[in-house]
Amino acid sequence: MRLTRRTLLAATGSLGLARVARAAEGFAAIRQWARGQRVYFNHWGGSPQINDYIAWAGTELLRRFGVELVSVKVTDIAETVGRVLAEKTAGRNEGGSVDLVWINGENFAATKRHGLLYGPITPLLPNFALVDTVGKPTTLVDFTVPTEGFEAPWGMAHFVLFHDAARLREPPRSLAALLGWARGNPGRSTFPAPPDFVGTTFLKHVLYATIDDPRRLARPAEPEVFEAATAGSWTFLEALRPHLWRAGRTFPANKEALHQLLDDGEVDLSMAFNPAEASSLILAGRLPPTTRTYLFETGTIANTHFLAVPFNATAAEGALVAIDFLLSPEAQARKQDERIWGDPTVLDLDRLEPEDRARFERLERGPATLPPEALRPVLPEPHPSWTELLEAGWARRFARG
Amino acid sequence: MRPGAGRLLLLPALLLVLVPTGAGLLGTLLPAFGLLPTLGHAELGLGPWRELLASSGLGRAVLLTLASGVGSTLLALLLAVAIAATQHGRPGERRLRGLLPILLAVPHAAAAVGFAFLVAPSGLLVRLLAPLLGLDRPPDLATVQDPWAVALALALALREAPFLLLVVLVAADRPGLDHRLAAARSLGRPPVAAWLEVALPELWSSLRLPVLAVLAYGLSAIEAALVLGPTAPPTLAVLVLRWTSDPDLDRRLLASAGALLLLALGLLSILAGRLLEALLAGIRRVPLRLAAALEAIGRPAAVLVPAVALVELALLLAWSVASSWRFPALLPSGPDFAAWRAALPLLGEVTSTTALLAAATLALALPATIAALEAPRSRATASLLWLPLLLPQLAFVFGLQLLLIGTGLAERPTGLVLAHTVWVLPYLWLMLHGSWERFDERQRAAARCLGAGPLGTLARVVLPALARPVLAAAAIGFSVSVAQYLVTLAAGGGRFRTLATEAMALVAGGDRRRIGAAALLLALLPLLVTALALWLPAMLERGRASSRPPAQAQLLGRGANRLSMSSSVKLSPAAPPPSTPS
Repeated sequence: MRLTRRTLLAATGSLGLARVARAAEGFAAIRQWARGQRVYFNHWGGSPQINDYIAWAGTELLRRFGVELVSVKVTDIAETVGRVLAEKTAGRNEGGSVDLVWINGENFAATKRHGLLYGPITPLLPNFALVDTVGKPTTLVDFTVPTEGFEAPWGMAHFVLFHDAARLREPPRSLAALLGWARGNPGRSTFPAPPDFVGTTFLKHVLYATIDDPRRLARPAEPEVFEAATAGSWTFLEALRPHLWRAGRTFPANKEALHQLLDDGEVDLSMAFNPAEASSLILAGRLPPTTRTYLFETGTIANTHFLAVPFNATAAEGALVAIDFLLSPEAQARKQDERIWGDPTVLDLDRLEPEDRARFERLERGPATLPPEALRPVLPEPHPSWTELLEAGWARRFARG
Repeated sequence: MRPGAGRLLLLPALLLVLVPTGAGLLGTLLPAFGLLPTLGHAELGLGPWRELLASSGLGRAVLLTLASGVGSTLLALLLAVAIAATQHGRPGERRLRGLLPILLAVPHAAAAVGFAFLVAPSGLLVRLLAPLLGLDRPPDLATVQDPWAVALALALALREAPFLLLVVLVAADRPGLDHRLAAARSLGRPPVAAWLEVALPELWSSLRLPVLAVLAYGLSAIEAALVLGPTAPPTLAVLVLRWTSDPDLDRRLLASAGALLLLALGLLSILAGRLLEALLAGIRRVPLRLAAALEAIGRPAAVLVPAVALVELALLLAWSVASSWRFPALLPSGPDFAAWRAALPLLGEVTSTTALLAAATLALALPATIAALEAPRSRATASLLWLPLLLPQLAFVFGLQLLLIGTGLAERPTGLVLAHTVWVLPYLWLMLHGSWERFDERQRAAARCLGAGPLGTLARVVLPALARPVLAAAAIGFSVSVAQYLVTLAAGGGRFRTLATEAMALVAGGDRRRIGAAALLLALLPLLVTALALWLPAMLERGRASSRPPAQAQLLGRGANRLSMSSSVKLSPAAPPPSTPS
């Protein structure tokens, strides 16, 4: 029985793109296999809003498809990646303990490269057809690495900066302006310590602002050109550092710590990867109601976060049913609701039925959320090799004490 | 009992600890020397070590680790000894005994957050001073996350001092100590000097291993270092954490080498500690000036150490119900119970899972520990028992996972209990080792003379006499189990939701209100259990105090009461301590 199930999955899993039309038919079988399965969903568990949303999805999945979604909260998805790696090392090639992971970027690149993921999965998902792969190219290319269907897009992220308008009416809207402002306001700004995700993303913006030819960032970074290409970045950071919080001798650990500093009034700026994050933090009383969101004039980096199935998942069918449900207009619209989570959809609203489109049009934006048309221009993520070298360069220059 | 059979008693404890430790060590050792076939690293080599030595900030990170780990241990020891010496036999000692369960129940991570609430630039202390200094914004001062890890060392010391104090107080519950102290005082020694010269050497055998455990914890502390330690560079433990969680899986080789370096630092520090111990062991008379200095520290510390912990708790509680609390407001606005509404559902199934797991772990670890303690002393083997405390958990779980998967115990209750035992058993061992070593063997001999077998002697003489230390150790072991996050996740694979797995996930979100609620929730079970273990014997004793039998018989309980009456061996309360080989 188990063999049959595996064979079916193998057969559908290797469907070429030309045969995607048959996906819906295949998916009915997958739904049947999924019924009664228990899906262990490993995800970062630091946000009560997100946890509540996942709990809602679990209730719906059980009711509609008989799939039990069990949320496994971790403080860092690396804990889960380590677990799957241990299972592969121990030869546990099926019956694994993880069925579904929330993942993106370098974590995806590494897990895919080392064969820790099952797939391609997106050709199997009926709702994947609704994804805006043209308008949101990062749904197919994760940090310049083609997903090749090994992960399904779940939500959109866009780098934004926060300021408390009551304390700082006009924030510095470019890195050059930030340097000038920091000189006049020493100790009032900082960023999370790289290799924290948001901190590293700040460094990438410095790189975009100082590199001669930003198109280079789409290609792998060769160590020999890296030094010359990043010389401007280091000069800029050297100039900025003494004017930062604590004179740049120490940095907050992550964006949560930075938000706290903004709320405490220790700094005047913060940053995040979700355009609605400031609004939801205001709603939760964690930032002053006068907090506002803005972008650098030259644009900020946008990317996508994804769902993937480990290579040895026990309940792969259940995981696929869960992913497909999470991609449905209903689940996506609820996720975008700032009172629930505020995570922008990956779907193309033009492809939706009118009543599904209306779900999105009904949503209200919080006081600190920029309208989608203001989230421009969009900078693509540099190739992961730049990130690695950037983080190493940062550690060498600024974190040696 | 035949010596060979006696040795066998060590076996369960050794197996329970060393098999997983060995697997964990192997899972760190092989990658550290370049072997991790799953990632395509199939050849042994020194690559990871070269990378480690070349990594930026390593030297500084090692220095910070040693400074905060060793510094906090010495400070905690100083505080505990000063408090115990000045408060012995005073009303302050009773008050401290009453407070200890509360101080010990606060998880390390929570204590660190509470400490930050107190001393951070936007913390309570600065808020109190703000009106005087005319501050409307927090000062740009590194009072936490300072480049030299002073805040980290201070917070660790303040959290560990009550633990060492508990060990001292439990160990000091021994026959005749008061008489010997009185004798020393009658010879003209001031009380503090008398305590240092008479009590400390007697208690040291109980205190030695806990001090080393504090040292090991301080060197590899992660949560506290994340909250209070420097970031550029951080301590070595945090560097290892960064490398382990780096998306680039190849970094795990580097992390393994870093973890071994951390282990080596731990072993070296312990060696240095033993040297220091040997140097100080010869001191028979304490200079009066030193005694006076300790008294000057001990008196305020006896108030300050519990006060800081209580203020930390109060701040956690206040934050957990604050709707907002911006600088420089002295009081939070609110109340807002959202954090508690989210946290309270954990009080049902999650709490009972946590308690069951801790109880099951104790049910396995405590008998194994006591069996090992009953075995003929074998210092070399026994010191292996607390090896897990020296290993940075983070790097260690990979090998543990391999073992559990290989044996089919992953995600099963048995595997989870076994995994917790690896960290709980060493604590039981080090809490009880001194008590067993100091146990008056003549009592055992007397019971044997009366025809009691080894088990009967243990049950009717040894355990009743050592009920207090056993209960205290069990309470600490329980708390250790409750606090396990990484191990629970690694062994349980998310199949078991405990207070630690749920609370730590919330802590990752950085919301002070949720952190406050989560920390208090995590403290709840240990608080109940520690309070039971420490207050119960005292209350029972007070109840019996009216018809007070001789002190010794009272400790031994009813069975021993008969024994002391019929035995020809005199169980004098003033008997000098038996000399123990060292």
